[in-house]
Amino acid sequence: MKKYLNIITLIFVSNMLFSIANAGSDGSLEIETKSSSGEINDCFEKVNRGIFAFNQGLDKVIFKPLATGYRKLPQPVRSGASNALGNLGNVVTIPNNILQGQIKDAGVNTLRFVINTTLGIGGLFDVASYYGLEKREKEDYGQTLGTWGVGEGCYFVLPVLGPTTVRDSLGSVANIMGGDAWYNVTMANDTQYFNDADYYLSRVMSGVDFRAKNLESFDSLERTSLDLYSSVRSLYLQDRRKKIQNLDGITETLSDDDWEEVDAQ
Amino acid sequence: MSSLRIIFIVLISLIMSKPTYAKNPSDLIKEIVDQASMILSSDDPVESKIIKLNDIAERSVDINGIGMYTLGKYRKSISEEDKSKYQKLFKSYFLKSFSSRLVDYTDPKINVVSEKKVSDKYTIVNSILEANKGRPEVKIDWRIYTKNPEKPLIRDLMVEGLSLARTQKEEFNSVIQNNNGDINSLFKVLEEFIIK
Repeated sequence: MKKYLNIITLIFVSNMLFSIANAGSDGSLEIETKSSSGEINDCFEKVNRGIFAFNQGLDKVIFKPLATGYRKLPQPVRSGASNALGNLGNVVTIPNNILQGQIKDAGVNTLRFVINTTLGIGGLFDVASYYGLEKREKEDYGQTLGTWGVGEGCYFVLPVLGPTTVRDSLGSVANIMGGDAWYNVTMANDTQYFNDADYYLSRVMSGVDFRAKNLESFDSLERTSLDLYSSVRSLYLQDRRKKIQNLDGITETLSDDDWEEVDAQ
Repeated sequence: MSSLRIIFIVLISLIMSKPTYAKNPSDLIKEIVDQASMILSSDDPVESKIIKLNDIAERSVDINGIGMYTLGKYRKSISEEDKSKYQKLFKSYFLKSFSSRLVDYTDPKINVVSEKKVSDKYTIVNSILEANKGRPEVKIDWRIYTKNPEKPLIRDLMVEGLSLARTQKEEFNSVIQNNNGDINSLFKVLEEFIIK
C-alpha cells in the first residue's frame, strides 16, 4: 500500500515539476507547446552527446557483437526468446491498459498472459494467437502519464539505458516502485523461485533481442546520418509520441506546418 | 541517311521504353517497388544499380519539396543564392543516401496493402516489407503528394510510423543550430557526405 502511495506522490510531484518547467520567462506553457508541435526540448545536449558517444562505444564492443551472435541462433530459438520476453512485458502492459481505460485490451492481454505462460510453456510459444487472441501494443507507465496529459519534459540520455525523457524516466521509476510484477518477484521480494539475476538477464536479453532485430537498420542509419545523435533523438521522440497517441493500423500523419509552408512557397 | 534512320529508331525506342507511372498512388508505389526489386535482384554491378535506382527516385520523389521541408525554420531566412546551392547539394545528398540504403537489399518484398486519402493533397499508401531470416516484417507507409493528380510524388516514408522526412529535418536543424545558425555548416557536412 505504501508503494502505491509513493507512486501517487511521484506522479503528483512530477506534475508539479512539469508545472515549474513549463513556466517560461513569460509564464507560457513552453514544454507543452513544444511537445505537441513536435519540437525538441534537449536541455542538456552537450552532456547528452557525451553519454551518447559512451553508449555508442559500449554498443560497438558489447551489444552489437552480442546481437550479431544472437542472430546466428536458429530462428525457433530466437522466436521463443522473443515470445517469452514479450509475455513478461504483459505484466506492465496490463495495469497500464487499465490506467488508460483500455479495458478490452487489458482483458485480452490477461488471457494472453495466462494462456502463453501455461500452455505456451513460460511464454516460449504464442499459443494465444492460435486461439485468435492477437498480440496488442505494449504499454508502459511513461505512455500512461502521456495519455493523462503530462508533457514529456527534457530529453536526455542515460548511460547504458539510452534515450529517455523526464516523463519516461518517471514511468520507469513506477516500475521499481511496485508497478512491475516481474520486478517485484525477482528483485523486490525474496521468493524461492526467482532472484535478481533473472531480472537482469531478462533486461539484457530484451536489449539484445531489440538490437538483433534492428542490426541492418541501425547500420544504415549510421552510414547515412549527418548527425547520428540528433537522428536517434528524433526517432525516439517520434516513437514515444506515436505510442502515446496509439497511432497504429493506418498511419495518420502528424500535423506539420512545415509542409504547408513548403506548398505555399 | 541510314545512320540517321538508326538514330531515329533508337530515339523512338528509348522514348517508348521509358516507364510511365500510373496516376493512382497505390499503383505508383507498386510500380516503383517492382522496378526497384528487379534492379536489386539483378546481376548488374552496384554502380549500374545505383544509376537505375536514382532514375526511379528522380521521377517519383518530390526531392525539391523534401529539401525545402528539411530546412525547417531556416527556410524563411535563407537567401536565394543559398537556396539554389542548397537544392543542388540536397539532391546529390538525397540520391546518394537513398541508393546506398537500398543497395544492401538483394530482393526486398514489399506488398501494398491499402491506401487512405487524408486530404486533397495527400494520400497515404500502406505497405509491408516482408520478414526475412534476420528481422520481422516492417510496416512502411508512403506519403504521396497528390496536388497534381497527373503526377503524384512521394514526399515521405514512415517506417513503423516514424517519418524519415521529419527525422531528416530535425537532423539538419540540429547541425545548423549547433553551429550558431550558420547554414554553411550544413553545406559543409552535405559536401563531405557527397564526396566520401
